[in-house]
Amino acid sequence: MTYFMTDSPTAISVDNLTHRYAERVALDNVSFKVRRGEMFGLLGPNGGGKTTLFKILSTLMMASSGEAQILDAPLSQPARVREHLGVVFQQPSIDGKLTVRENLWCHGYLYGLQGAELKRRSALLLTQLGLSDRVDDMVDTLSGGLQRRAELAKSLLHQPPVLLLDEPSTGLDPGARRDFMHYLQRLRDEQGVTIVLTTHYMEEAERCDHVAILHQGKLVKVASPEELKASVGGDIVAVQATDPEALAVKIEQRFGCTVQRVDGALRIERKAGHELVRDLVDAFPTEIVSITYGKPTLEDVFISLTGHRFWAAEENS
Amino acid sequence: MPRVMLPVIALWKREMLRFVRQRSRIFGAFAQPLLFWVLLGSGFNASFRPAGAGSGSSYSTYFYPGTIAMVLLFTAIFSTISTVEDRKAGFLQGVLVSPVPRWAVVLGQVMGGTTLAVVQGILFLLLAPIAGVTLTLPGVILSIIVMKLIALALTSLGLIIAWRMESTQGFHAIMNLILLPIWFLSGAFFPAAGAPAPMRLVMNLNPLTYGVAALRRALYWGTDTDLSNVAAFGPSVVITIIFCIVTFAIAVRTAERR
Repeated sequence: MTYFMTDSPTAISVDNLTHRYAERVALDNVSFKVRRGEMFGLLGPNGGGKTTLFKILSTLMMASSGEAQILDAPLSQPARVREHLGVVFQQPSIDGKLTVRENLWCHGYLYGLQGAELKRRSALLLTQLGLSDRVDDMVDTLSGGLQRRAELAKSLLHQPPVLLLDEPSTGLDPGARRDFMHYLQRLRDEQGVTIVLTTHYMEEAERCDHVAILHQGKLVKVASPEELKASVGGDIVAVQATDPEALAVKIEQRFGCTVQRVDGALRIERKAGHELVRDLVDAFPTEIVSITYGKPTLEDVFISLTGHRFWAAEENS
Repeated sequence: MPRVMLPVIALWKREMLRFVRQRSRIFGAFAQPLLFWVLLGSGFNASFRPAGAGSGSSYSTYFYPGTIAMVLLFTAIFSTISTVEDRKAGFLQGVLVSPVPRWAVVLGQVMGGTTLAVVQGILFLLLAPIAGVTLTLPGVILSIIVMKLIALALTSLGLIIAWRMESTQGFHAIMNLILLPIWFLSGAFFPAAGAPAPMRLVMNLNPLTYGVAALRRALYWGTDTDLSNVAAFGPSVVITIIFCIVTFAIAVRTAERR
């Protein structure tokens, strides 16, 4: 499949995708591009539209309007798109009643692989993913982390140039989650696989080359994690107050800075935030319950862009 | 192995592996009809003589081909119920994003369901002596062929419904409202001859009636059992083949749409 090499540097281009479920707009005119060989994160709370986008890109669902292209194949030709894709769903698609080997064998057959080639690829992947000694175990008997790895082995068996993953680390403990992300990075670095994953874990999004932030069906921003964090004006000072509204007004008057009200707390973006912390505590010693200061995280980026706390947006959706 | 058949074989073999590893399915599809047959057959035997079922035939004997049809129906239902679960969250999602054409997906699933149904149908044939049915070699061969046709049609029918379903609860409702009545009104349980005219009409329009008729005639092949009220073998087989083709074609179209 050498033609991938000669084409443009874009692996996926999404143009004005919109999707409606009855009356609800799940995806609102979303456009972005994913470069070849990069790890691309779709970050957003549940209900933000990322699973809808995932279903459309993986050809499970047709968008209400708009276009998208994966390598040389438009979504309007799902059979061609499917040739390029490896897909890891949020829920397991490996069969729990089959062994790891049987699952791989079955998947290989679906993609026209058989005989020595199928054996060779299975053995290689199982070694890479540390599953070699569990091949004849029933998938149901494996731990969550191992099941996810078996799932990944399955989705990589046919050597897809593009790998789509929907919340791949849901239900994994932090250690297994780190391992899994590490393996994805190796796939990108060593084999040039383009990886698109949806996530609501900030630390996963941090590891991506680019992150698209989806909120209420809209694409809020696409940038690298560094750019996103730099887009927040300096440091973050968060204040819990006895009377947040009154304090916000006082701070604005006295220090001339913008104060965001986020779910009952006050939030100020400012360069040299540590000085502001000192000044605020000096100025309002009785009104402040607690005050924190930090470098911006992606969570701050999310708040800064949407005015919502990430988890609060999730609860409201 | 031809490449295009690989996915079909994969789906078929998976169905076999799952079946032998899920004992409850064996119970549900085989033991339940057996229980029905033993209880209803022996219970009805003394009290009822089916109208138009031929003289000298006991209810157990009459009910025997119908029970085989029930085995085929239940197996088809059980193998398509897993489709509902698989499609929403599981194995089938992975199949649907693979380049396998939908007809091959349907063929693999239908072949899986059909094989399981026929194997259990054959097991039920072993009970023929208890049922008072004398099997002949041509009778057995014809019965197996007819069972394959019926199973293929019923599995396809199950798939048509399963592909539209969002939950297995919904499937149970459909099973009770559509699939079981199709079986009840196929002459499996009681002959059309004694039924009221409107019901007789429905029974004559029911494609499964001809599957059961073909099976009944195949089982009694070469014996002097009175089958004057049962549709002739040739036309019944033809109608059953048409039933297969139509249900399979609709199943493929349903799978292609979603």
